[in-house]
Amino acid sequence: MANNKEVFKTPVWLNNPVVVQILGICSALAVTAKLKPAIVMGLSVTIITALSNVVISLLRKTIPNRIRIIVQLVVVAALVTIVSEILKAFAYDVSVQLSVYIGLIITNCILMGRLEAFAMQNKPWASLLDGIGNGLGYAMILIIVAFVRELFGSGALLGFQIIPQSWYTTNGGWYLNNGLMIMPPMALILVGCIIWVHRSHNKDLQEN
Amino acid sequence: MSLRNFLDKIKPDFEEGGKLHAFRSVYEGFESFLYVPNTTSKCGVNIHDGIDSKRIMIMVVIALCPALLFGMYNVGYQHFLLAGLDKSFWPMFWFGFLAVLPRIIVSYVVGLGIEFTVAQWKHEEIQEGFLVTGFIVPLIVPATCPLWILAIAVAFAVIFAKEIFGGTGMNFLNVALITRAFIFFAYPSVISGDQVWVVDHAICGLGTDAIDGCTAATVLGVASTQAAAPVFDMNMIWGLIPGSVGETSIIAIALGALLLLYTGIASWKTMLSVFVGGALVALLYNKCGPDNAMAAMPWWQHLVVGGFAFGAVFMATDPVTSARTETGKYIYGFLIGAMAITIRVMNPGYPEGMMLAILLMNCFAPLIDYCVVQRNVKKRANRVING
Repeated sequence: MANNKEVFKTPVWLNNPVVVQILGICSALAVTAKLKPAIVMGLSVTIITALSNVVISLLRKTIPNRIRIIVQLVVVAALVTIVSEILKAFAYDVSVQLSVYIGLIITNCILMGRLEAFAMQNKPWASLLDGIGNGLGYAMILIIVAFVRELFGSGALLGFQIIPQSWYTTNGGWYLNNGLMIMPPMALILVGCIIWVHRSHNKDLQEN
Repeated sequence: MSLRNFLDKIKPDFEEGGKLHAFRSVYEGFESFLYVPNTTSKCGVNIHDGIDSKRIMIMVVIALCPALLFGMYNVGYQHFLLAGLDKSFWPMFWFGFLAVLPRIIVSYVVGLGIEFTVAQWKHEEIQEGFLVTGFIVPLIVPATCPLWILAIAVAFAVIFAKEIFGGTGMNFLNVALITRAFIFFAYPSVISGDQVWVVDHAICGLGTDAIDGCTAATVLGVASTQAAAPVFDMNMIWGLIPGSVGETSIIAIALGALLLLYTGIASWKTMLSVFVGGALVALLYNKCGPDNAMAAMPWWQHLVVGGFAFGAVFMATDPVTSARTETGKYIYGFLIGAMAITIRVMNPGYPEGMMLAILLMNCFAPLIDYCVVQRNVKKRANRVING
């Protein structure tokens, strides 16, 4: 069981898919301007990675090697469609904000990476833990980036105003929102900062 | 020499094991700022030129002084002009001085603070690079820019455009322009608007609070939003127009340019080709450009309004971020001038194209150098093979 624990824990921090493997960066830039879509995106990816890992792991011995990518894509596509429909039904506003990015989870490199690298060789339970771990690692980075971006870019968190309205110049104060935080380049810089902190904590990842 | 004696007396405190060892780099920074270091390199053959980076930096700062002093006067002049008050020279100058001074202090305190901290942390010597950057920053922002925004912008630029690439001499983007670009994109309302260019409140009892309802847009601001560009008048040369602190006066910038060219610090090739590139492209838009006020503005007027001259003289010639090969300097400069005018004419959202043009060409400078060097290598190889 100690092994399973490692399988779950490693991708969350030590081998994080975003800051170590540099996967899933596009969506990390696109959906993190606000905290709520980032949380929903993180959860969706976690669920889809976990379930598709389990399904592929169960099928791994019957999938012909030559068409395995197609089989993996079909499984992921089915799951993405289900999640997309559920979001449209129960959280319509968020699904509008995320627009194409839910559909584009199918192209998220983390998914195909985990299916190829882990689920094709491992048992379902370990694959489930691996999927959840990677999804949570991805979600964690998204949430950190979105937290900073929404707080300084919009002065709010989850839509609630954090920075008092009376501080703003429009109300006679001195404060202004940072417009650069809303733009994707700042998300890239923030991911860079997280990588910086991460590398300085994990010396063996530093390259010479 | 009592200062020298004082420095020698406190020196042991800063050495290994001394009680102030934590401030070693600060001590070294001040010592080498005040006195030429008497240490020599210990291995290899080195030729020391009399003109070290410290002297270059001081020269550039001196060259910037006319633009700064005139800018201070102009800040006061614009304020009293808008207020409709008639004042003599000194109240205008003092008003501008008091408006600009806090920006210089903030720029230096934040920038040097980060430089000192990083130098201490990485056990390196303090570099002189920020001396010029910290001086240029207050000159290229409006005198109304809030101090906290300036502080954030300087911190961002020094950390992300300079320190993470390895400090002075390793940055591939002009740090002062990154400061301005940060303000431009993060807080557009403080740098692009009708009324941000003129201080509209009293400072220390000088000036007046009773300014309202007047617009004082820059020449480029007017040209980007209205059908016809403002008519040329001599104030665009003298600099008595609204704008960023140091960019308005062509005369003051020309004085700085003469000093830089005379001492050989700035490359005349870069400077000349920026103006040539700008003039040619502006002429092209005059003849067959789109139908807007920017394109219709005469080419010589393009060169004297906005930050074009200031950018050409002090920013494009930055030895760290510009092209280093001699042929490359012509290409680099020409493209900066051409891009600046193109951005002004083609994109009404960015009436000031100079900042973006220089930053863009900063990115391409290494590529230009690479092509020039490869071409030379190929030419020589051919000479060997064929000759």
